[in-house]
Amino acid sequence: MASKFRKKKSGGAQQLSTASLPDIVFMLLFFFMVTTVMRETELFIKNKLPEATEIKKLEKKSLVSYIYVGPPLKKYQGTFGTEPKIQLNDQFSKLSDIKDFIIAERDAKDEAEVPFMTTSLKVDETTKMGIVTDIKQELRKVSALKINYSSKAKVKK
Amino acid sequence: MGKREVPEINAGSMADIAFLLLIFFLVTTTMDVDSGLSRMLPPIVPPEQQKDDSKIKERNIFVVLVNRDNRLLVEGEPMKVKQLRKKAKEFIANPKNDEDLPEKKATEIPFFGTYPVSKQIISLQNDRGTAYGTYIAVQNELVAAYNELRDELAMQKFGKKFDDLNKEQANAIKDIYPQRISEAEPKNIGGNQ
Repeated sequence: MASKFRKKKSGGAQQLSTASLPDIVFMLLFFFMVTTVMRETELFIKNKLPEATEIKKLEKKSLVSYIYVGPPLKKYQGTFGTEPKIQLNDQFSKLSDIKDFIIAERDAKDEAEVPFMTTSLKVDETTKMGIVTDIKQELRKVSALKINYSSKAKVKK
Repeated sequence: MGKREVPEINAGSMADIAFLLLIFFLVTTTMDVDSGLSRMLPPIVPPEQQKDDSKIKERNIFVVLVNRDNRLLVEGEPMKVKQLRKKAKEFIANPKNDEDLPEKKATEIPFFGTYPVSKQIISLQNDRGTAYGTYIAVQNELVAAYNELRDELAMQKFGKKFDDLNKEQANAIKDIYPQRISEAEPKNIGGNQ
């Protein structure tokens, strides 16, 4: 009996096979590749979202168009001032651009999916409601009625 | 010239390459999900077709005003955001059938039979100078009031939370407590900017 136990030890430290290491790493790699969402737009504005408790997750990300609103970042304040601005895709925009933006977004999608399109308003919490109300009016004019006030989850007390 | 030996490729560096890629994706990954308060905007109605709002009795409307200094006026009295949820719940449910709170109409509802459904409407008005943060906080409290009432009713009737109900049950509860938050057409409250 005793010899059986001793036998194993006699070989010294056993070599660990690393042959399956690439497989494991590849598995992890694929996981992250699939879950990764690359940042599409570079933000030119300060965007600190307000907090809320009753939030719902936005589903079907491909059907969401984003409108960013907030005061320009420091490096752009020289050219654009400090007043809150609208950013669509990769540029500062005027209120009147929203219509074209929504129509362009719609054209890019399948017709059957258009009713499910949502507009996500990512508005900085210090922004005044005036500009938000104007945006909402513009959205109503193009009947993009489904909106989502983007906000962060607040820890429930 | 017949047989040439196929050289074996050393796969030892495969792990390194994979690691490199893995680290790249680890760093670029943003796992945050987009979340927020979902709302439906009312469609634009041409002025000649606009409904007469005066038909809605005053007791059925819960007026929330937010001014440019981010202060609230609820049903004619100043209030803090924290108190709003309780007040809104009281208004929506009207448990004591108060004269000043919304009237109820007996409606046929699946699972519940005939149930007095209150004719509540919450009207939210804000100034152009209101901060967006306050606006969202108010919206959040109002939605929370509805959600809490729905949860309570679901607990009472089905012994489950509202989110765990099946579709028919959830719809029945939604019929009893429909989310009616109306936002007035924009105007200035409390002075011009």
